[in-house]
Amino acid sequence: MTAAAVDTEREPEEIEGTSYLRAGYSLRSWLLTTDHKRIAILYLLSITFFFAIAAVAAALIRLDLITPEGDLLSNEGYNRAFSIHGIMMVWFFLIPSIPNTIGNFMIPLMIGARDLAFPRLNLLSWYIFIVAGIFALFVVVAGGVDTGWTFYTPLTTMYANGAVVATVLAVFISGFSTILTGLNFIVTIHKLRAPGMTWSRLPLFVWSHYAVSIIFVLATPVLAITLLLVAAERVFGIGVFDPSLGGDPLLFQHLFWFYSHPAVYIMVLPAMGVVSELITAGAHKKIFGYWFVAYASIAIAVIGFLVWGHHMFVSGQSVLASTAFSFLSIAVAVPSAIKVYNWTATLYKGDVALDAPLLYAMGFIGLFVAGGLTGLMLAMLAIDVHVHDTYFVVAHFHYIMVGGSVTAFFGALHYWWPKITGRLYNEVLGRISALLMIVGFNLTFFPQFMLGYEGMPRRYHVYPQEFQVLQVFSSAGAGMLAVAYLMPLTYLLWSLRSGARAPANPWGATGLEWTTSSPPPKHNFTEQPVVVRGPYDYPLAHPRSRQDA
Amino acid sequence: MPEQSRAEIQFHHIGRQREAERLGMLVFLASEIMLFGGVFLAALALRMLHPQEYVAAASHMKLWHGTANTAILLTSSLLVALAVEWTRGGRPKWAARCLWAAVALGLTFLGVKAHEYYLDYREGKLPGAANANFSTPFEQLFSNFYFSVTGLHALHVTAGIILLALAALRGEARHDRHAVFIGNVALYWHLVDVFWIFLYPTIYLAGAGE
Amino acid sequence: MSANVKRLVAAGLMLQILLGLTLLVAFLPLGSLKPWIGYGIASAKAALVLWFFMEMREEGGLVRLATVAAFAWLAIMLTLGAADYLSRGWVAAYLNP
Repeated sequence: MTAAAVDTEREPEEIEGTSYLRAGYSLRSWLLTTDHKRIAILYLLSITFFFAIAAVAAALIRLDLITPEGDLLSNEGYNRAFSIHGIMMVWFFLIPSIPNTIGNFMIPLMIGARDLAFPRLNLLSWYIFIVAGIFALFVVVAGGVDTGWTFYTPLTTMYANGAVVATVLAVFISGFSTILTGLNFIVTIHKLRAPGMTWSRLPLFVWSHYAVSIIFVLATPVLAITLLLVAAERVFGIGVFDPSLGGDPLLFQHLFWFYSHPAVYIMVLPAMGVVSELITAGAHKKIFGYWFVAYASIAIAVIGFLVWGHHMFVSGQSVLASTAFSFLSIAVAVPSAIKVYNWTATLYKGDVALDAPLLYAMGFIGLFVAGGLTGLMLAMLAIDVHVHDTYFVVAHFHYIMVGGSVTAFFGALHYWWPKITGRLYNEVLGRISALLMIVGFNLTFFPQFMLGYEGMPRRYHVYPQEFQVLQVFSSAGAGMLAVAYLMPLTYLLWSLRSGARAPANPWGATGLEWTTSSPPPKHNFTEQPVVVRGPYDYPLAHPRSRQDA
Repeated sequence: MPEQSRAEIQFHHIGRQREAERLGMLVFLASEIMLFGGVFLAALALRMLHPQEYVAAASHMKLWHGTANTAILLTSSLLVALAVEWTRGGRPKWAARCLWAAVALGLTFLGVKAHEYYLDYREGKLPGAANANFSTPFEQLFSNFYFSVTGLHALHVTAGIILLALAALRGEARHDRHAVFIGNVALYWHLVDVFWIFLYPTIYLAGAGE
Repeated sequence: MSANVKRLVAAGLMLQILLGLTLLVAFLPLGSLKPWIGYGIASAKAALVLWFFMEMREEGGLVRLATVAAFAWLAIMLTLGAADYLSRGWVAAYLNP
């Protein structure tokens, strides 16, 4: 049998000097690389930088909210802090986070290809992202904006202060990077699968990235045109969103949420793909209901486009349209719930190893369920009218975006760290930081559900005395969360110097990425992989270096 | 060229690479469709909110400029389709002639457009013009909208003309990779034509006969 | 001329005829039918361009699916967006006839 790739018993040692990390040491060899693995590293470094900026803004917000009078920031300063936090987190961290780092690195490896279909386009997409990032940094240096991340009209077009046009351009440009990445993934998954890698053998990580690429390609251009219209309106007074000329501010919300609701699924679908890998590898068990999980990704991508109006229930949108959007929004819970049930069923009677990646994955499931169920509440017209624009909504989407996506991002980083860097990190510290992140997250955001339910509106930094206790809890949780984010930064970096060398398959996991050396050679595989088995064929793989075995 | 050899290793044969590039182009065009989709939703919303004013405002558009430009773009599309056919059929000279003719028509389109803008400028219809001259606020909005949309489309036409010229320069060589390139440029040009096909009733025909 | 070339030229002529037709119809007193006819003819023209010029008639399922998907998504956006604008006054009109 020529199926070298599925032979998980054999240990493909790194042949000296062939690793992609050793393919060149000059700055040029990194900045002009077309290797998807190196581009993934470039993305990882850039998004970590933007995450830091957005996190500093979050820290300012939480410190300011400790006192009811808002002693730290001025009103304008607070508005600018939450705007920078939202814009940076959404477009410069969360949207590229998993797809452009882990996805970029892993998709070709998982399907047995040498690279993405268009390697130079991949590099171009990073440069576009960097140009957008420079615009965003200019905004930060120039004092920020107070539009909020949603750029609502007429606030943004007529009243907002700060570098509004630069901000809009930054997000506009970053969209092209996203579109090109989605295009590259779609063509790669269609055209570059290894022999035998049929659609029914695709890892679920690849399925979810296929689904997210559809959203990249079909939703992002709508954001682009919307932002162009906003910029044209602010500069030239075009008037499409201006009621005094007969335009409609709600049109902005339709266009914006046509993109931005699917964008929520851009953030959570790759995380779901990660969790499918982490759960099966942690339980050493075949995924329960492969096709349900795979098609649920596609269903989420499609239904996600039909629900945008639930952001506009109190905006003056037609009540009948709101009713339809309410129904459709509830429907999107079905594929999401299917996934949660299947992950849980996969763990059942599994050979579970509670390593850090699995802890992150289980944290994801719990937090995603909390975020998802409160999302169902918000999808209901009658409830949303009461808690709209309160901390209830803030808590809900942070449970999905931070509790879900960021937790999964950290899980993915731990799980594939040995593959990406060739080093093992300190597992004990990994587990501690995973637990710390889950506890800290709940401490930060659960009080916000209570605040919102009591009526605390979002985007206010001066609030009545009786909310202070919950706000202080939330700020304390944010401090804990900061430690949970800084810990991996230190021990992962430390592992680069002093970590033990990683074997090819440290978790005893299936998947083509574990059949090549750690780190992989420049062209990913020394011989063309041929796939002869289905995905997650777990009894055949054996854990090698599990510390608790 | 090391890049090329990498691509050759990547795809098992040239046919597969052609498929990949064509699929990539169509996926890109899908995103272009959604970009213009936002424009059409805006037009739909404006028309549903103000049905009569929309028609009245559209009646000020220069119908004959728009109609001439539609005919020009449709003809250029035919020429580009013929160029693709003749590239594959082994008649690169004719393919190149068709592409240059399409470039000429594209430039004519921009010329007609420029003349239309010039007339608008003289009538005080430009966004933010000092001599603004509108009978109703909505007429001004419609005019601004028309400038934004046709401007966006003209940018696409300009990009298309550059791509067509590049394809025509390469058209002499009958290499498989060039055929793929010409095919993809043609797809882009046709889609720019399709956008105009829908902009025509949206902007010009809506006010005809009023 | 080969059969392919003839087919392309025929499609090109058909496009020009449709352009003449849509211009003619625009001047007829058809009232609220006019936009429907205008966009109907535009769709027919776009279909001709897609089918013959963009060679959808020769393409496999995948490429056709990619093309149809884009228009399907556009239809979602226009339909749900229009649903709001169409029905904004309905409830108020029903409650206060």
